[in-house]
Amino acid sequence: MAAAVYAVHFSGRAPVSAQDFVNLQQGSQIQAGFRRAHANGFCISGEFQASGELAAYSSAKALQHGSYPFIGRISIAGSNPTAPDLRAPVRSLALTILPDTVHQWRTAMNTPPVMAVATPEKFFQQLLAIQTNTVPQFFADHPETAHFLEWRSHYQPTQSYATERYHSINAFYLVDQQGKQQAVRWAAVPLTDDAGVIADEEAPDALQQEFFRRLQQGPVRFDVQFTLATANDNPADATIPWPETNPQLSAGTIVIEQASVQEGGACNALNFDPLVLPVGFAPSADPILRARAAAYAESHRRRAREVLMQQVAGGADE
Amino acid sequence: MNKPHTYPLSMRVVHWLMAALVLSLLFAGLTMVKSLGPWQQQLLAWHKVMGVIALLAIVIRLIIRLRSETPKLPDTVPKMQQLAAKLTQFGFYVLLFVMPLSGYLMQNAAGRPLSLFGLPLPTLLNTDLALYGLFREMHGWAALLLVLLIVVHILAALYHGLIQRDGVFRSMVRK
Repeated sequence: MAAAVYAVHFSGRAPVSAQDFVNLQQGSQIQAGFRRAHANGFCISGEFQASGELAAYSSAKALQHGSYPFIGRISIAGSNPTAPDLRAPVRSLALTILPDTVHQWRTAMNTPPVMAVATPEKFFQQLLAIQTNTVPQFFADHPETAHFLEWRSHYQPTQSYATERYHSINAFYLVDQQGKQQAVRWAAVPLTDDAGVIADEEAPDALQQEFFRRLQQGPVRFDVQFTLATANDNPADATIPWPETNPQLSAGTIVIEQASVQEGGACNALNFDPLVLPVGFAPSADPILRARAAAYAESHRRRAREVLMQQVAGGADE
Repeated sequence: MNKPHTYPLSMRVVHWLMAALVLSLLFAGLTMVKSLGPWQQQLLAWHKVMGVIALLAIVIRLIIRLRSETPKLPDTVPKMQQLAAKLTQFGFYVLLFVMPLSGYLMQNAAGRPLSLFGLPLPTLLNTDLALYGLFREMHGWAALLLVLLIVVHILAALYHGLIQRDGVFRSMVRK
């Protein structure tokens, strides 16, 4: 099946579409009503306490000094909503700050700081390589994966979602009142020393249990660190890390106060599309960033249709 | 009763302007849901603004239509075709309301309030996945029906204009 998709799309005719991406991600076992990627997750909510340090660079309300509510989601990569969370290669933190308003800022952050490849076409090939077990060959054929592999070689997954670093990966622009743009990336950096204890390593939701227990002791905090690009950085290429010497500013603190399962949770209806940006933010020219929005929208459509059909069927039964 | 031979100027202007607007919206919509291209976002932003304008346009058009005297089809047109023409016109009005309304409501249900030139527009629905599913599907299927109706409409117009030459085509073109 994957080979057929490959044959159609890399014979130099049709470009990869959002539907192709989602078809590939959902695989042959469709999990009705769930996200096609990052299916396993839970809802969080709390406040973003903005420091105002970035107000000089952006007119976005969420970056002016103050406290703003958010709805978020913590998840793992993969299309299986019951996959064991401890074994996932990627963990994610997604936020919608100031939900339901025109000021909302959506961000979907992952544990890797960079992409392995720089274009949607190559990312599609990477996903195919995963399905056909030809990843080593794929990496060997694509030298731009070097920085990703370097990160992966010393990345140690932690014992808690609360102690991971989550990265925007793609770059964005901050836009000030005068329209001046500054390219940035950001990361959520954990603010706790508590490494956490996994009660049951065999539980498929071991990390989720750990996080829920942790929240009973008090809120979980992350610092939102922005890194400013310099003239040497290319905002359109997410495969290359920016130097640690680049200026860094703290946008504020994410304070996670509540968590709930995603079924019926406020985050379940949201598509954490990184291109839902308020005035004061603008997308970079990174082609992967643009493709993420299109693929997420297709996944959102499919699971919304399934949930609708489930409700219609459920209503008919009563 | 002496019916006019052509549509009033106001209706002809609105018809052709909306034809251009609706065709552009359909092409933009059907492309942007597939493409991973970098211009997808600009197209989406344009689609939303023009969609709100298309809603205003169909409201204005309906008002003009209800207040205007419209030409009757010539008696040479068979009864079945007269009925088909009426149903097509009715279908256009329904779909031209369904398209922008479902687009607006699906954005509401996705938790993405709309604004027009910086002016926030009212949110009529709570964020809800099943409601998003309902209006998203409605938007997608109504678009395909509208494409079908446009094809039928163009074929019928060409049939009258090129083959029958019975003045039906001219009634929407000139005095």
